[in-house]
Amino acid sequence: MTTALSIKDLRKVYANGFEALKGISFEVQEGDFFALLGPNGAGKSTTLGIVSSLVNKTSGQVEVFGYNLDNQADRAKCELGVVPQEFNFNMFEKVEDILITQAGFYGIPAAEAKKRSDFYLRKLGLWDKREEPSRSLSGGMKRRLMIARALIHEPRLLILDEPTAGVDIELRRSMWEFLQELNASGTTIILTTHYLEEAESLCRHIGIIDGGVIVKNSSMRDLLQQLNTETFILDINRSLTECPVLEGYAVSIQGDNTLRVDVAKSQGMNGLFSQLSEQGIEVTSMRNKSNRLEELFVSLVDKTLDAKQQGSDKDE
Amino acid sequence: MSNRQLFIAFWTLLVKEVRRFTRIWAQTLLPPAITMTLYFIIFGNLIGARIGAMDGFDYMQFIVPGLIMMSVITNSYSNVVSSFYSTKFQRHIEELLVSPTPNWIILAGYIFGGSVRGLLVGLIVTTLSLFFTDLHIHNIWIITSIVFLTAILFSLGGFINAIFANSFDHISIIPTFVLTPLTYLGGVFYSITLLPEFWQGVSQLNPILYMVNTFRYGILGVSDINIGMAYAIIIGVIVVLFSYSMHLLNTGKGIRQ
Repeated sequence: MTTALSIKDLRKVYANGFEALKGISFEVQEGDFFALLGPNGAGKSTTLGIVSSLVNKTSGQVEVFGYNLDNQADRAKCELGVVPQEFNFNMFEKVEDILITQAGFYGIPAAEAKKRSDFYLRKLGLWDKREEPSRSLSGGMKRRLMIARALIHEPRLLILDEPTAGVDIELRRSMWEFLQELNASGTTIILTTHYLEEAESLCRHIGIIDGGVIVKNSSMRDLLQQLNTETFILDINRSLTECPVLEGYAVSIQGDNTLRVDVAKSQGMNGLFSQLSEQGIEVTSMRNKSNRLEELFVSLVDKTLDAKQQGSDKDE
Repeated sequence: MSNRQLFIAFWTLLVKEVRRFTRIWAQTLLPPAITMTLYFIIFGNLIGARIGAMDGFDYMQFIVPGLIMMSVITNSYSNVVSSFYSTKFQRHIEELLVSPTPNWIILAGYIFGGSVRGLLVGLIVTTLSLFFTDLHIHNIWIITSIVFLTAILFSLGGFINAIFANSFDHISIIPTFVLTPLTYLGGVFYSITLLPEFWQGVSQLNPILYMVNTFRYGILGVSDINIGMAYAIIIGVIVVLFSYSMHLLNTGKGIRQ
């Protein structure tokens, strides 16, 4: 299998002395849908900035489809499309001009650029706005414009830095569908997001970065299998004054008409429902307490934080 | 990138630059036309008539080449400094940085964009001057080459200014406190032979003097300086500024963290 992105011992120290990346290494295979997660300031944007040639690295190697960013930068850049976190197009230019100009920067002739621009404007629902200045677009449309711009040279690897931040639910869902369709057509996708539900729904592999180091890099399935228990919130038909005793399950009252139940991975749910029925408690609805990935993410990041605090305690 | 792709990238950037200053023509093309017309009326017609001849020509004929060059200098510089700084400020420089467009094409695109504005404004001012005086052409090759080299030189200056600028104040400091005084003291309105010997020597340290005088020589056939030396200085400065601009782009100064 071809490696779409290879990062080796990547290190970044900013001018103020802050070490944002401490020698990270990871690979993303062709065709993958990869999530790079981490808390604010973890090093996600720095990593993607270096891959996108927007940030100078201190040391290390980056290869995009085998093209080294140091000595084959033009080949590597042709394979890569970037959707940044913040709007970074000229607000005074027309939507269509932004796409055709970007195609020109990749050496694409004007006629072909126009054809591709028309295709992506229609595909991303911007056709009616093509003659408008980009500043007149809504927030969601501006994001879609950035996706169209990143795709105009038809890259094999697409990087999206928090593509759905501040986007309403309907638009987020439609962007998910578009990205899944794009990935199914063969484009490798790497995204960063703070919505862990988004990562869990879309991505097949996940890398978690914290404090400039990769703390986890595995398939989504393997990662989720590490969860030993899952917590459910049950809405019930009546208010309870005492917590019911359910053999094999840890139960607590969460609020009026609400129970919280921890279920081990090895346990089934039938036993839970039959015991509740025996006690005359009817479940009207049920949901996960939090996103499964979120629980793992928090535990992994907390571990890193604890390790850091222990280290600083020793220093003192 | 192939040569054809490089040319497409360069042409795209040049068209983008030209589209920018023509879109805001009321800010870029109209003001120099009005300002220079006022110069022609006040300094040329009203005051010039009382000044008399300068280097053997009437005052209006003497100042027209200087005023044309002043327009070329200020417009080439201000186009690149404001365009490239805005590109940095609004972060759409990233559109170029993520693309395979090499740095020398980025630099060439901005420099030629600035030069086109400088030359276009120069042409507008030249056309306006024809309403006030007759222009004689002494040497067309000197006129075209020096105006083109001057536009390139000041476009490079504007580019370097924009790279170092961190605020809109920074892009107006050099034009206001360096460029304007040097232009006014660069022989636009007078022949340096009018100055005491000491100040003639000081004036010869001003690079704009060489450009204005060479251009004036191309039109009137008179100059305060040696034309060969003027070319050598201007081409030398262009080489230095181009090399420095490339160094700044390659190291990512002001545009990459």
